[in-house]
Amino acid sequence: MLILTCPCCGVSGEETEFHGGGEAHLTREGPGADDAALEGYLFHRENPRGVHFERWRHVYGCGKWFHAARDTATLEVFGVYPAQTTSPPEDLLAVIREKRPGWTWRGLS
Amino acid sequence: MFDPAQAHDTGVAITTSAPGMITLRGALEDTAFKAAVEEVSGLTVPEPREIVQSGEHRLAWMGPDEALLILPRDALCDTLAALETALKGHHALVADMSDARRLFHLTGPDAALRDTLARLCPVDMRAFQLGEIRRTRLAQIAAAFWMGEEGRLNLICFRSVAQYAEDLLSDAAGKGVVLH
Repeated sequence: MLILTCPCCGVSGEETEFHGGGEAHLTREGPGADDAALEGYLFHRENPRGVHFERWRHVYGCGKWFHAARDTATLEVFGVYPAQTTSPPEDLLAVIREKRPGWTWRGLS
Repeated sequence: MFDPAQAHDTGVAITTSAPGMITLRGALEDTAFKAAVEEVSGLTVPEPREIVQSGEHRLAWMGPDEALLILPRDALCDTLAALETALKGHHALVADMSDARRLFHLTGPDAALRDTLARLCPVDMRAFQLGEIRRTRLAQIAAAFWMGEEGRLNLICFRSVAQYAEDLLSDAAGKGVVLH
């Protein structure tokens, strides 16, 4: 079971109380972007087996969006952090390095 | 036919009421917003996941920028107007939600009440505290509930799904119920 803790209201709830919002930290490519960049924004995802960064919404609770880092294979949640950021916090990355040596995710490792 | 006032064999009775409900949106941590709400409602703006009560008035924390004021129907119009005036100039919203929601009251033995909700919501009811409000999923619908005192649990949901909630609660309040 996937148990997430919402950083906005502090509730720890299981997956069905939340709604997944897909991969985190995408750069939105709009009009003016070249075809390759737009294609990447629309279709290319990491879809890793292991460490992943995602957006989630506490849909049945406070209704707020947030970010979560978890392992897609074990459902271990490494941490959650606010939606208002474009990259994971350094202390969370340190936790993941400790637990999953050698992990990579896009430019992060 | 299901009679909501009748107690189930577990001692749980389900009733409904129709108080006034006002949704407040705004920055709950903002001191000016807080002061305006506290002046009108006579209640302290609650901490996260807390519900505070004074007489017939209750103020619940629903999110970082949302609070719910529950009050008697006859005080509704005056309070709405007073809130509109007090919050003038703030980035805030005051909305009368009284007819959009239904309020259920479950009374009975504490353990039976907790069991009833535990069958329907993904919430650890053993750890649920008095004075705490929890917005969560009640089977297939959104709901929020709190216990102001032992033996009395209050639950709100949207009016449009109130019949579904009533059926669920009355099913789950029975003895030895296993819901899938």
